[in-house]
Amino acid sequence: MKDYFAQIFTGGKSLLVGMMITLREFFRPVVTVQYPRERLPISPNYRGHTILVRDEEKPEKHRCISCKMCERECPSGCIGLQGEKREGVKGLVLVRYRLDFTKCSLCGTCVEVCPTDALDYSNEYRHVGFRREDFHYDLLAMVEEQK
Amino acid sequence: MSTTPEFREHRYVLNMGPQHPSTHGVLRVILEMEGEYVMDPQPVLGYGHRMHEKMAESRSWPGFLPNAARMDYLASLIYNHGYVGVVERLAGIEATPRAEYIRVITSELNRLQSHLLWLGVLVLDLGAFTPIMYTFEDREKILDILEDVTGSRLTYCYMRVGGVVRDIDDKFIERTREYIKWQRSRMPMYDKLVTGNIIFRKRVEGIGEFTPDLARRYGLTGPVLRGTGVAYDIRRAEPYSVYPDFDFEIPTETGGDCLAAYLVRVREIEQSLRILEQALDRLPEGPFLAKVPKKIKLPAGDATYAVESPRGELVYHLTADGSEVPYRMKIRVPSFSNLSILPEVCRGMLLSDLCACMGSLDLVIPEIDR
Ligand code: SF4
Ligand code: SF4
Repeated sequence: MKDYFAQIFTGGKSLLVGMMITLREFFRPVVTVQYPRERLPISPNYRGHTILVRDEEKPEKHRCISCKMCERECPSGCIGLQGEKREGVKGLVLVRYRLDFTKCSLCGTCVEVCPTDALDYSNEYRHVGFRREDFHYDLLAMVEEQK
Repeated sequence: MSTTPEFREHRYVLNMGPQHPSTHGVLRVILEMEGEYVMDPQPVLGYGHRMHEKMAESRSWPGFLPNAARMDYLASLIYNHGYVGVVERLAGIEATPRAEYIRVITSELNRLQSHLLWLGVLVLDLGAFTPIMYTFEDREKILDILEDVTGSRLTYCYMRVGGVVRDIDDKFIERTREYIKWQRSRMPMYDKLVTGNIIFRKRVEGIGEFTPDLARRYGLTGPVLRGTGVAYDIRRAEPYSVYPDFDFEIPTETGGDCLAAYLVRVREIEQSLRILEQALDRLPEGPFLAKVPKKIKLPAGDATYAVESPRGELVYHLTADGSEVPYRMKIRVPSFSNLSILPEVCRGMLLSDLCACMGSLDLVIPEIDR
């Protein structure tokens, strides 16, 4: 009998202790963020999909020399690029750089192998689309659009 | 429980999963039940199988780095560490001292966030919703720190052969120190809220009977093994990286039940914090990436590298034939062996105790179905 009441007492006490902790939580600052309406700043080191870095000094505004190193080294095979020989221009001119982001694993191999540091990560994390093709990014068009 | 023939008639089969909240992934357990009692649980695997081992054999070795992070989404950095470790061992490359320290620091942060998630989720499985909110608050701090240095929040691809991708800076060190202080201040709260809670204790105390002998038969490792009183931790048993430099304990309990596994994990949080503190204090200067040749051919032969994941012993075994593509890669994951004890340990348990038991094993299903 004594045991019975002792158990009720310890049980009740442990519940009260727990309740006190949750009660204290009411008076602490709110840590949750109401996502689509509020946003947290994202770290500049965040790795979004890869982009061609904009370089104003270059005539094409990017540093890619179409060496295809990134295409060859990508473990997921998600880069498709093409360079073209042009009259009066030394080397190849990039005419297409397509990134299939559905397959990209953000491993960073392409960024690391690029001999001219033409690639970098973007800060984009909100990718929404209804079709597969929505995630086939044209990096060349992206870098040309940028001001 | 009596299992006389007339009782057998009352047996029925209950399908738990593959989409069950307390299996934490696509694990299916076929339960033969007698009333509320589980008479024969049989796990069914393979719903998320992605052939990681085969993938390793079909591409040059650097191409496997992103895969290493995707087997166990809660311990990506530790998986990274194991993979670069085995390649380094085979190719005879050494990472710089600073890189080794950074690896240990990030791995321990990774272990902490895994334990914190487990703590919340175990209690959630047992029916208490509040603690997971608190553990997620702590875990978010770690993810923010790691995001800043690795660039991602869950599937990190941070380590490279010879070192790591990005150096840690003063901001990282300062934030980590702040985090250590914060986490220490939170532990008494969890003690009161979870460990001392009478309902929680009743749900886990004496549930499951893990013994060293059982562990030996099934290859059970990790906190559940340490809960049976065996102080087996790869960081001590087969020290790798710079772990021998640090002073830390291997927590053990003798209960051999779910509560013991729980207590071991909670005490491991403190030990990880201690390792972090020491590593930050002694962080050597120098390059974070060793000078390695651009293309590394794996010499013919094999190498093994074991690391301690939050769930137990993780082993990479790599066999190469002299080319860039591995000939064979075998990955021994802890959760697979840990799950295999389920039919033996959980026979005759109440269904709700089975959830507690699976919760304390801390199963990560993509790791089993690698
Ligand atoms: S990050 Fe990796 S997977 Fe993505 S495009 Fe670059 S090399 Fe390919
Ligand atoms: S490796 Fe760099 S320079 Fe070469 S094709 Fe790719 S982006 Fe262009």
